[in-house]
Amino acid sequence: MNALDRSLITDHRSPALSPLGYPTKLLTGEQTFESVNKTIGSIVLQGRQPRSWWVGFIIAFTLLMIFFLAVSWLLIRGIGIWGVNIPVAWGFAIVNFVWWIGIGHAGTFISAILLLLFQHWRTSINRLTESMTLFAVACAGLFPLLHLGRPWVFYWLFPYPDTMGVWPQFRSPLVWDIFAVGTYFTISLLFWFLGLLPDLATVRDRARRNWQKKFYGVLALGWRNSATHWQRHQIAYLLLAGLATPLVLSVHSVVSLDFAVAQLPGWHSTIFPPYFVAGAVYSGFAMVLNIVIPVRKIYRLQDLITLRHLNNMANVMLATGLIVSYGYFIEAFMAWYSGDIFDQYMMTNRAFGPYGWMFWALMFFNVLVPQTLWSARVRRNPLTLFFVALSVNIGMWLERFVIVITSLHRDFVPSAWGTFFPTVWDWATLFGSVGLFLTLLFLFMRFLPMIAISESRKLVAEPQKAITP
Amino acid sequence: MQPGAQSRFTDHGSPIIRTNSSNEFAPGASEWPDDISRREFLRLAGASLALAGFGACTKQPIETIVPYVKQPEEIVPGKPLRFASATTLNGYAQGLVVTSREGRPIKIEGNPDHPASLGATTIWAQADLLELYDPDRAQAVMRGENISTWNDFLREIDSTLQAQRSGGGAGIRILTEAITSPTLISQLQSIQQRFPNSKCIQWQPIAPEIAVAETVYDLTKARVIVALDSDFLFMGPAALRYARDFSRARRVRDPASAAMNRLYVAEPTPTITGSNADHRIAAAARDMLGIARQIATRIASRQRSSILKGETKYDSWIQAAAEDLLANRGASIAIAGQTQTPEVHELVAEINRQLGNEAVGARIAKLPSRPVNQLDDLRQLVQEMGQGKVELLIILGGNPVYNAPADIEFASALRNVKTSVHHTLHADETSRICHWVIPAAHFLETWSDVRAFDGAVSIVQPLIEPLYANISTHEIIAALVEQPVRSAYEIVREFWRERNQTAQFDIEWRRALSDGILQNPSWNTSSEGAEESVAATTTLSPASSEKPSQLEILFRADACVLDGRYANNSWLQELPRPFTKLTWENAALISPELAAREKIDNGEVVELIFRGRKLKAPVWIQPGQAENSITLHLGYGRTEVGRVGKDCGFNAYTLRTSEALWFGDGLTIQKTGQKHSFATTQHHHTMEGRDFLRTGTLAEFRADAKRVAHSQEGPARDETLYDPNEYQNRGYAWGMVVDLGACIGCSACTIACQAENNIPAVGKQQVALGREMHWIRVDTYRSGNIDNPQFNHQPVPCMHCERAPCELVCPVGATVHDDEGINVQVYNRCIGTRYCSNNCPYKVRRFNFLELNAGLSATEKLAKNPNVTVRSRGVMEKCTYCIQRIEAARIEAELENRSIRDGEVVPACAQVCPAEAIIFGNIHDPNSRVSKLKRLPTNYGMLAELNTRPRTTYLAKLRNPNPALVISEQRSVNGEQHERT
Amino acid sequence: MRDSFSNKEFELFMAQLFSPRANVYSRVILLGIVILFCGAGWATSTVFWSPYTTYVGVPFDQPVPFSHKHHVSDDGIDCRFCHTSVEKSAFAGMPSTQTCMTCHSQIFSDAPVLAPVRESLSTNTPLKWNRVYDLPDYVYFNHSIHIAKGIGCSTCHGRIDQMPLTWRANTLYMKWCLDCHRQPQKYVRPRDKLYDMTWRSPRTSSTQGAKLVAQYHIDTTGRLTNCSVCHR
Repeated sequence: MNALDRSLITDHRSPALSPLGYPTKLLTGEQTFESVNKTIGSIVLQGRQPRSWWVGFIIAFTLLMIFFLAVSWLLIRGIGIWGVNIPVAWGFAIVNFVWWIGIGHAGTFISAILLLLFQHWRTSINRLTESMTLFAVACAGLFPLLHLGRPWVFYWLFPYPDTMGVWPQFRSPLVWDIFAVGTYFTISLLFWFLGLLPDLATVRDRARRNWQKKFYGVLALGWRNSATHWQRHQIAYLLLAGLATPLVLSVHSVVSLDFAVAQLPGWHSTIFPPYFVAGAVYSGFAMVLNIVIPVRKIYRLQDLITLRHLNNMANVMLATGLIVSYGYFIEAFMAWYSGDIFDQYMMTNRAFGPYGWMFWALMFFNVLVPQTLWSARVRRNPLTLFFVALSVNIGMWLERFVIVITSLHRDFVPSAWGTFFPTVWDWATLFGSVGLFLTLLFLFMRFLPMIAISESRKLVAEPQKAITP
Repeated sequence: MQPGAQSRFTDHGSPIIRTNSSNEFAPGASEWPDDISRREFLRLAGASLALAGFGACTKQPIETIVPYVKQPEEIVPGKPLRFASATTLNGYAQGLVVTSREGRPIKIEGNPDHPASLGATTIWAQADLLELYDPDRAQAVMRGENISTWNDFLREIDSTLQAQRSGGGAGIRILTEAITSPTLISQLQSIQQRFPNSKCIQWQPIAPEIAVAETVYDLTKARVIVALDSDFLFMGPAALRYARDFSRARRVRDPASAAMNRLYVAEPTPTITGSNADHRIAAAARDMLGIARQIATRIASRQRSSILKGETKYDSWIQAAAEDLLANRGASIAIAGQTQTPEVHELVAEINRQLGNEAVGARIAKLPSRPVNQLDDLRQLVQEMGQGKVELLIILGGNPVYNAPADIEFASALRNVKTSVHHTLHADETSRICHWVIPAAHFLETWSDVRAFDGAVSIVQPLIEPLYANISTHEIIAALVEQPVRSAYEIVREFWRERNQTAQFDIEWRRALSDGILQNPSWNTSSEGAEESVAATTTLSPASSEKPSQLEILFRADACVLDGRYANNSWLQELPRPFTKLTWENAALISPELAAREKIDNGEVVELIFRGRKLKAPVWIQPGQAENSITLHLGYGRTEVGRVGKDCGFNAYTLRTSEALWFGDGLTIQKTGQKHSFATTQHHHTMEGRDFLRTGTLAEFRADAKRVAHSQEGPARDETLYDPNEYQNRGYAWGMVVDLGACIGCSACTIACQAENNIPAVGKQQVALGREMHWIRVDTYRSGNIDNPQFNHQPVPCMHCERAPCELVCPVGATVHDDEGINVQVYNRCIGTRYCSNNCPYKVRRFNFLELNAGLSATEKLAKNPNVTVRSRGVMEKCTYCIQRIEAARIEAELENRSIRDGEVVPACAQVCPAEAIIFGNIHDPNSRVSKLKRLPTNYGMLAELNTRPRTTYLAKLRNPNPALVISEQRSVNGEQHERT
Repeated sequence: MRDSFSNKEFELFMAQLFSPRANVYSRVILLGIVILFCGAGWATSTVFWSPYTTYVGVPFDQPVPFSHKHHVSDDGIDCRFCHTSVEKSAFAGMPSTQTCMTCHSQIFSDAPVLAPVRESLSTNTPLKWNRVYDLPDYVYFNHSIHIAKGIGCSTCHGRIDQMPLTWRANTLYMKWCLDCHRQPQKYVRPRDKLYDMTWRSPRTSSTQGAKLVAQYHIDTTGRLTNCSVCHR
């Protein structure tokens, strides 16, 4: 256990606890407007980044290069470089797609839904999660295009007046995906940028170097903190929140329909939409924790992102995790209860077939490990929480693998059964996309305020909001 | 996980490994080119990344259009021409009708008028097209290592012959394969006259050696057939005819008048014939003699009811067979396989005589071509060669260096020959040693004639000029006796002219060419040399059932590459072998009991030691294999072969000696601990209690026809969100019926489809990854106990569901229905999401994971069917009901202002089928054959309960078991079977 | 100079980062982005419909400057004299060198422009014409059936009788094909007008068209727009 970890466990301020045993304050330490501005703004404005930033960035960038390599080779040779075959025609690409989209759910959930529910604890983490959402969705968006046999004609998926006089086939869930993901990305982007505006202005005003002034100045779109600005800002923000809220539910529902619409045993199930959405938020929060916990330590943000935040996120994870587990149970139950031999075989094969070990690994990572969150000690210990979140992220990836591959590899006709083995390039694309995600994230942390300054200031201004029983 | 899978897991993906194994790939398969350089990679990478989005924004290049200088009259550009011709199988004719487009043959079909074809073809005849265009064919006259010319050859031959004159050609030897060409035979005879001391020898490693070949049966008349180690439905020159007659005699339509023949098979290793038996026993080849004896004695002693007990474990089978034979005197047949000993054949002939089956097992005049005993001749030849007595050896076709018995040291002897000439289609192991290699002309390139199994003569007419400097067999033989050498056309035509001096000749000649068979009986010369005795004194190992536990080795022709002549044919290499579904290689087939006894796992490499010779071979555990028999398939492990056949399988000839040509005792095996991974197309051979292959017995059918197919009604037509009567109200509604009762499982449909629809072969590695491209596959399931299971075959093309699951998930509408109910795949619209395949419950869709047509040579391109789009990388494809044939027929009909007649549209699979198991037509026409069949009680739709409403339906498979035996045979529902994936 | 000064100013009291013009710039840029996107779309479509891509109206260079205008209008040679298989085959047929020489052995027998033709005959090497009407390989077009169903030459090939050098009269885009396959009655003609270059579909409604469609048994149920009709 290295120094970093140890300091993670022993957080240097012992938090005040509520009767329920929660740390009450959302902001610890003596916070003033100035302190908030300084702690957050300086990260962006002071040129030098901690060594750990550089280490992380270099690793991420290497992975990104691997991603480019894999994609180039893919475009040169075709998807034959992957392990996909008949019957398993969808492999890692789709697994990764669903995984990333899922991760991309926490952002909007926190920003929009929690905003509308007046959950003030969102403030210190919403910026990070929104950015994370954007980058995750960006990664996700790549895969459906890369996995095409002829990616250079991807635009046939869009309805536009072409020289052939034909349109996309709107009954296909893949077409719905295009719209669902497209909308989600756009709204998230606007939401994110709108939230950034006042902070960009703050940074602009505190900037010393000329390029910084110009850079943030341009981005701030001439924000002057005037009452009118604030009034319009708030209205727009609420409106977008209203728009985004249904999206949180719709996007992954639509993605789940990619499977539910097919009549393949293991895909053809009505529980998919709610179960996918829960899973999405589940993995989303897991990813947030995986990012926030190191970050708050490295940038000394423990006062702004307090144990209370971690605790709340842990709670959300526990809740959604339970929903997901329920989903697993219902899947198995329905398979048995339906009396359909194909469904029943699918379920037994899932648990005891060639890929059985993945199923049990999934159960361990996604169902068993998160149960530790019942204990407050785990919830409030950043290190353990970090590893629980990690296990959930792995678990959710496995879940998608199990759903996609084990359902496909043995469906109706035994003579056509086959097996899927990932290739070097499958792995390269998976980890490469992680590289893309992290690279973007590191750049974000370097150049944009990673915590909503203005909103934090609000908490300073109205301390009673910062204290919740 | 299975080891093979493991290695696939690890060794897949890196381009380097692909290059090393690239020779495994067929031409037209996904060849991975040599490692591309770093610079090139970066270039490509940049380009591909940049152009990824703009791939389609390319301007159409300007192409040229090239008219004839003088347009031949018969050619209408854009219209196909059809010519009758013939190919050979073991020397015997298979009548063909070959389709030609703008002067290039593009498809081979059977000739309905030909007795050995009846419109069907073997898989080999289909693949002959690829042989023609094979870029690895011998292309130039070679003298040693140097390219030479036909004239140089003639000059040298001439001098040699001058020298030979004096000795009456004592040093001249001509080694041929089995030949039946009257012209060639007479040419050889003329050589005999010119050089009395010369000799002609024949060697055909898998040709029938003894009388069986000349016995022709009429299966239509037989009510009971007992086959001993005979694959008469699949192997041999009459197989197509037998398959047709056999399936006709089993076709039942009306429960009232339902009658069926009954087939008893005893065989050591599963064969197509065995899988169609009503009662099959897996008995060692050496036990056949005993079995034959017992049947014979029972027949002789006429005692119908006598139960001779406890002689062998096959007692009940023998008893039942004998009784059935007796019950059907004069309408039954006993057949012994070509691999069996003369004694067995004697006994079988005796049985037929006793039962008065001559009417059925009629014997025709012996063909002149066959020498008394190939083996002795060959042995003597090699002796003389060794002693340096042979001055000039001309080898016409064949590859004796590779396939002569191992104990006859042909190769070393060949080196002592002064002048050796190899006339061959491919440069092979023999060519490597011979002084001269003369590239042979493919039968589509030259004139010849050939005889069918029943003596009928066909003229072989060419459709295309020789692609290279190819020489016909007739020309090279003529070179020995005449100067200047006449063309093959003149030689053949004049031969027949002599036999018919009348003025009628030209007319009859032309008729013979258009019919593909000589009608005029007076031309039939089949009585020539009939006096030659038939009873061959062969040297097969004596049958000995004394030591039952001793291992027995079996040599069999490979179901696809035969004796190795088709080793460079990617279609045949990739065609799944029956039962094992192996591709691209052979294996040592052993029984599950033996595997359990010796603790051998599937894919384990063992060393086979047989009479002092050793050979390493990977093991395939094959249920239905006789307990102590190990089958090796010939034709693999070729060393001098084109790119396709390289490094495929092991060479079983190295164990095959003249005293054990087909089987022999005294085999021992040793485990080596090495592992081998096979490439198979079907990993799971039991049905898991699912019922998409429905079987029943004749009795059940008579009793309650509906119960046989137990077609529990599928969902009602209106159980759908869409218009229930979509595609119901049009003129034509295309549909197909696959008669499982008729299908014998020969997979001719698969290869015919491949030829018709430009389906590429993908190579072993890709097959192992599960990426074979066949549009119609033949699934083989087994049921019953694993020692002697019952095999059932089921051809599975696209079902063309009316409620096609594939269609509504395609985002770009690349797979849609046309108004006649065909589920069409629009390649140029497909973007390759592969969602359709995921949603296809039958998994009949195939995807171009890589660019499979990139490496095509100029000649291979000629083999492509111009009426079918050649699919590019990233595109889904599947069976289209041969839409190109439907559209052609439609246009034909509409030009004549009529509607398409029933039977006018025949998909490639239906056309090739020897058993007439696939019927296609318009289901709206109540009188079409297909609608009549669809009304039968045994008609059912596969997975119809999913409400897919398949247009392709099946007729349940019926068997006709002997009630007496049914009781004794205990059938468990599903044999235990571990999966191999 | 001015800048640096303003910098110093800033140290003391917050000065404006951007000059008032910045607002204008920003608006212009925003507007520009919009225009750019629309413009891009417009440009693509124009390029795709322009002769540059479609070759419509672009005369093709040929080894021999063959003039349909001369042969059809002036000499009044029937289309089928050279395009012999147009009524029986998918391919309309290109005249063999011999066909050309049937006349040109007599007339213009030594015209320099015809040198390639004479050479082709003497050396027995075919002429290589540049394809004017070139469909993608995955499209299966059949001349004979179109003639049989009353579609005349000029419907697709335009006023070929007025082309000194041949050019494409239509885009050959799928949309264009479908236009007719969706409503054949607009294009079918009486049998005797098939090779009539001057024929125009009668302005007076499509009653005649409908009649002909019925007479030719042209499927109007929509089967003509099935993918399988042209793609195999």
